[in-house]
Amino acid sequence: MNSGPVGLLDNMSNESSADGPRDSRRTLIVVPGEDLGSSEGIEAGHGVLVVGDRVISTKQGRMSRKGDTITVNPLHTRYMPRPGDLVIGHIEGCTNNIWFVDIGAPFNSILPMSLGPAKVEFGGTRKVLDIGDSILCRVQEVEETHQSVVTMKGMGLRKIRSGALDELDPHLLGQLIGKGGSFLREMKMQTDCRIVVADNGRLWIDGELENILEVRKRIESISSEAKIVGVGA
Amino acid sequence: MGGYGDVQMIDENGLRMDGRKPGDVRPITIETGVVPVADGSCRMVWGTNEAIVAVYGPMEAHPRKIQRQDRAVIDVAYNMAPFSTTDRIRPGFNRRSREISKVTKDALESVVLLELYPRSKIRVSIEIISAEAGTRCVGLTAASVALADAGIPMTDMVVSVASGKVNDVVVCDLNKEEDNYGEADLPMGVLPNTGELVFLQMDGDLSPEEFKQAWDYNVDAAMQVHKLMVEALKGGANS
Repeated sequence: MNSGPVGLLDNMSNESSADGPRDSRRTLIVVPGEDLGSSEGIEAGHGVLVVGDRVISTKQGRMSRKGDTITVNPLHTRYMPRPGDLVIGHIEGCTNNIWFVDIGAPFNSILPMSLGPAKVEFGGTRKVLDIGDSILCRVQEVEETHQSVVTMKGMGLRKIRSGALDELDPHLLGQLIGKGGSFLREMKMQTDCRIVVADNGRLWIDGELENILEVRKRIESISSEAKIVGVGA
Repeated sequence: MGGYGDVQMIDENGLRMDGRKPGDVRPITIETGVVPVADGSCRMVWGTNEAIVAVYGPMEAHPRKIQRQDRAVIDVAYNMAPFSTTDRIRPGFNRRSREISKVTKDALESVVLLELYPRSKIRVSIEIISAEAGTRCVGLTAASVALADAGIPMTDMVVSVASGKVNDVVVCDLNKEEDNYGEADLPMGVLPNTGELVFLQMDGDLSPEEFKQAWDYNVDAAMQVHKLMVEALKGGANS
């Protein structure tokens, strides 16, 4: 890498980044508060902020530039729900007509009785889904205040009764799935397991015990490799 | 301050008891990702001080009464381990740890983009494993690194350093003896990229000139420490 101030976009073009020629395997790592250059003609993407006439990074991650948009892809993220996301949630609590679901986001979701898996009488929520149960559901709605509603009405949405659950940072799901789902397909064939990858980074693996352990080992290796700064996507 | 004015802590060559010049900082090592279950963590060794910080969240804030509709809250818990000093410390919170937790929280709130996570909570646990003066500075600086490691959006990282006065000489980064028997102590929290001040406390007396000197020492030291923080977070990936 070139010496001198790192991360200055002033030196960047479509062919080269601030650290020299563009190379997808070696992108520039930036830290919060780092000056990324002048904001002139630049559009701020995820993880950056325009302060005065400068662009600064707000997260630790890999800086990338697509056209005029500068983005910092964080090394660690927390899942932020979006409508339509398939998620795996854990029931954390319930009232007479609502379940509270932990979907791994900064805010718990609610599952109203009307969107539950079966017809429930008022006050009978715990008979259908009890605290500690895991469910496969879909995000129906995210409000401006980040409050979200999930639904279990839909194809394949159900209570999880068998198999194992694992977790992966949401930004690493791309590495697990591969281009067009190739890696995931290969893993499913090799291990003979049913694998459901949810958008919140949780995975449901169902199959023979040793196959489940094999899948978990592979997921663990993706996770630990990504923790080495400078390696990974 | 201790008020033991006759204790000589600066020799005739102007060097301090541990051989440092007045503006020198103790050796520092920073490591990230030391607590695997946490969202972000940091271990910072600063001289013989050692702090481990773990960050969890953003997560749903409980109990609900602490939730803020327009922003997240930061919950800082500073704690010194009972074995961190030569005299055993009674476990649990005390007046001092409450005060340090509060000033650390206030300093961090000025850099974290809290409005992105309304109604949620970010939990920062600072555990001092070994203490030898300046633990609030170590805790605050390590907390900044741990927050960055957790991917929490921030406008800058807070770097905290303390300077003080010993035998009428202004010195940077006080050690235990200088802290106990010196005449003044001035811990500061600085944002290295903008030079803004987010945290300032003072104990003892300093003249305006001495205050200016201590201020300059703190800002210079903060820049040095910031370089180490950046190195630790980048893990040598850009070097």
